[in-house]
Amino acid sequence: MLPELSREEILRYSRHLLIPEVGLDGQRKLKASSALIIGTGGLGSPVALYLAAAGVGHIGLVDYDVVEESNLQRQIVHGTGSLGRLKVESARTRLLNLNPAIQVDVFNEPFTSANAAKISDPFTVIIDCTDNFPTRYLTNDLCVLTGKPNIYGAVYRFEGQASVFYAREGPCYRCLFPEPPPPGLVPSCADAGVLGILPGTIGTIQATEAIKFLLGIGSSLVGRLLLYDALDMSFEYVRLKKNPDCKVCGPHPEVTALIDYNEFCGVPGLDHDESSAGREWDITAGELSAQLKSGKPLHLIDVREPHELAISHIEGAQNIPLGELAGALSRLDSSREIVLFCKTGSRSRRALELLVSAGFRKVKNLQGGINAWARDVDKSLPIY
Amino acid sequence: MPTLKMPSPLRSYLNGQTEVTVSGATVEQAMQSLMTQFPSLRPHLTNSVGQLRPFVNLFLGEDNIKDLQGLDTPLGPDDVLRLVPSVAGG
Repeated sequence: MLPELSREEILRYSRHLLIPEVGLDGQRKLKASSALIIGTGGLGSPVALYLAAAGVGHIGLVDYDVVEESNLQRQIVHGTGSLGRLKVESARTRLLNLNPAIQVDVFNEPFTSANAAKISDPFTVIIDCTDNFPTRYLTNDLCVLTGKPNIYGAVYRFEGQASVFYAREGPCYRCLFPEPPPPGLVPSCADAGVLGILPGTIGTIQATEAIKFLLGIGSSLVGRLLLYDALDMSFEYVRLKKNPDCKVCGPHPEVTALIDYNEFCGVPGLDHDESSAGREWDITAGELSAQLKSGKPLHLIDVREPHELAISHIEGAQNIPLGELAGALSRLDSSREIVLFCKTGSRSRRALELLVSAGFRKVKNLQGGINAWARDVDKSLPIY
Repeated sequence: MPTLKMPSPLRSYLNGQTEVTVSGATVEQAMQSLMTQFPSLRPHLTNSVGQLRPFVNLFLGEDNIKDLQGLDTPLGPDDVLRLVPSVAGG
């Protein structure tokens, strides 16, 4: 039995009620429906806002971060007044301001194999708005194992992808990507950047697919992957088929319960700054400053992209972007002590692993990158 | 000659180019041509025995080459291959 709409709700949703594919019954379906949004960042912001505005009666939000200044260029569910607040609380306040008649449940915790089934249990659709591979594989496997649709979106600089992975009707995420790329091959938005509007475009497509699924209308993205390029303003599709060898949704699955997804993806865990190479390879900004002041001859290598040098740079550092480092190894003197740095320490950690695997031993990674240098040593530099 | 469209995460290994011309009558030959032109791509696309890594998805038109003839899929001079990357950003 679908819930009735109040007089206020009939007025609020009148533009939906005028569409024959939605109508009064469709709006009542939305009121009775539920969606879990994993991540309240770039993608999660528009998804949450539009689902709340559309009258999806029960929305769940999962995130464990706080709102930071660098989020606000794209994470439009948050505002300047929310800086430092928990993202899920900031988003709940905004959603209930937009639509007080809905229920918003928040989960201020990492989404893990231990809590995923419990958190997702009450929700009909799961919307993947995360920013990392382990959570994407977890979300996929959870959806396959529980028979729910995984409404997928992902972004990188100017390019985005969207699909609906619904193993009951078509392929799952693992059918397309059986394994994650090796850690470090695909930089995160924090390292590579993202056009602020891009997750808006992809997120609204995810929200559209969620609403269509909940209403049972239209042709979904099941079996299709949308590839969007903002620079070319192109929307292209490729066909996706079920992989008969898929380890989770194939006829002979190997994955029949949630696994350790950090291990599966070869990443150290939730703290992106933790070095897989070990702390003995790290140098802090304070230590580096002291060594430079003492006159120690160090070869400083900045592995950021050249355009980032205009934001901040350390005097005397040589710029060799990470992508060019492998080709430059023969020009480096392995007998000199080398200190590598980037923006936050993650790209330079990969540079360090490259140098160490090539036989370099006198090499350090500036912990926290040039942002830590700006925070602890040269306060005239901006943090970005 | 066939064209290969490259997604932005891998463009830094192609000097920033969005697409490159490759030679070869099959997908396998085209990929070898690509990695010969841009050797720093090789470790990202292939494993230690030279096979394409499982996360490398190549599409000819709208179809995954895995649903065609895999690496033996024939290529015509006007064909466009597209590498669809795994991206995680959100």
